[in-house]
Amino acid sequence: MSKFRKDDGKGLPPISTASLPDIVFMLLFFFMVSTTMREVTLNVDIKLPEATELSKLEKKSLVSYIYVGEPKRQFQTMFGKAPRIQLNDQWANIGDIQDYVIAEREARDEAEQKFMITSLKIDENTKMGIVSDIKQELRKSAALHINYSSRRKAER
Amino acid sequence: MARKTPEIPGSSLADIAFMLLIFFLVTTTMDVDSGLERVLPQWVEDKVEDDSQIKERNVFVVLVNRDNILLVEGNIIRIEDLRERTKEFLANPYNEDNLPETEPKEVAFFGLMEVTKGVISLRNDNDTKYGTYLAVQNELVGAINELREELAKSKFGKSYANLENDKQKAIRIIIPSKISEAEPKGKNI
Repeated sequence: MSKFRKDDGKGLPPISTASLPDIVFMLLFFFMVSTTMREVTLNVDIKLPEATELSKLEKKSLVSYIYVGEPKRQFQTMFGKAPRIQLNDQWANIGDIQDYVIAEREARDEAEQKFMITSLKIDENTKMGIVSDIKQELRKSAALHINYSSRRKAER
Repeated sequence: MARKTPEIPGSSLADIAFMLLIFFLVTTTMDVDSGLERVLPQWVEDKVEDDSQIKERNVFVVLVNRDNILLVEGNIIRIEDLRERTKEFLANPYNEDNLPETEPKEVAFFGLMEVTKGVISLRNDNDTKYGTYLAVQNELVGAINELREELAKSKFGKSYANLENDKQKAIRIIIPSKISEAEPKGKNI
C-alpha cells in the first residue's frame, strides 16, 4: 500500500517565495530609473521617415519639439486632413513658432541656451512647403541647430 | 512568557511591488530620440545672391521635383545612386575637369592637403514629400560621413567617431560638409 506513497515528509520542500519581493523590487527600480514619461499627447499622426546617418539626442532637457502631421481622426472634423503644426499640447500656425522658440529659450539657463536643439518630428508624407516655412521661421529666431527626427533604417 | 507581537505579514509586499512594476512597465518608453542633425544657415535680411562667384564645375546641383524625382547635374538618377555620385564629386580622385577644383591647404596632422572646393546645392519643390527630402539629405550626409570615415581609417587606423577632437577637426577641414539649400522657387522647377 505504502509502496507508492513517497511523500512522507521526505519530498521537496516548497520553494521559498520570501525573495520574490526583492526580485520584483529590483525590476521595479530598473524601470523607475529608465522610464521617461510622455509629456505631450500627440494630436497629429506622425510616421517618421527612415534614415541611416543618425545621431542621438543626448540631453533631453535641451531639446524642444515641433510636431507636424495629419490631425488625428477625432480632430479631422475640425481641421480637415491638411498637415498641421503642434507645439507642446497646442495647435499652432507658422507665426507662432518664433514665440515658441523664444519661450523655450527663456526657460533654459543662459549657459545652456546655445546648446539647444530643435527636434522636428514630421510625418514623411508632409509636403515640403510647410517644412520650408518652419525652417525659415527657425532661422529668423536663430534656432539653427536642428534635428530631423527619424527612425533607423535596416542595413542594406 | 509574554505574548509576542504578531509579525506583520510580508506576503502582500510582492503584490504591491508587482502593481508598481506593471505601472512603470506600461508607462515606460525606452526609445532614444535620434535623427539627422543639421545646422541651418544664419538668417540674413536682404539676400544677395552671389552664385556667380562659384564656378559651375564646383557646384553639385541636386533637384527634387514635385513627383519626388531626382535630377542630379542634369541627369535623372535613382536615390540609391546618389551616395556614389556625391562621393565621386567630393573626392575627385583623378582631377577631372568636370569635377570640382581643389586648393592646397595646410592641415594639422596631414600637412599640405588638396581640399575640394565643391559645394552641394540642394533644391526641392514646395510639393516634394518630406520623406524623399530627408532620404536625399541622408544620402548626402552619408556620402560625407563615408569619406571622413575612409580618411580616418587610412590615416589613423581608427574610426572617425573614436578619434580625438583635434583629429576630427582636421578631417572636417579636409572634407567639409557644404550643403547649401536654396529656398524653393515657386511651384515648378
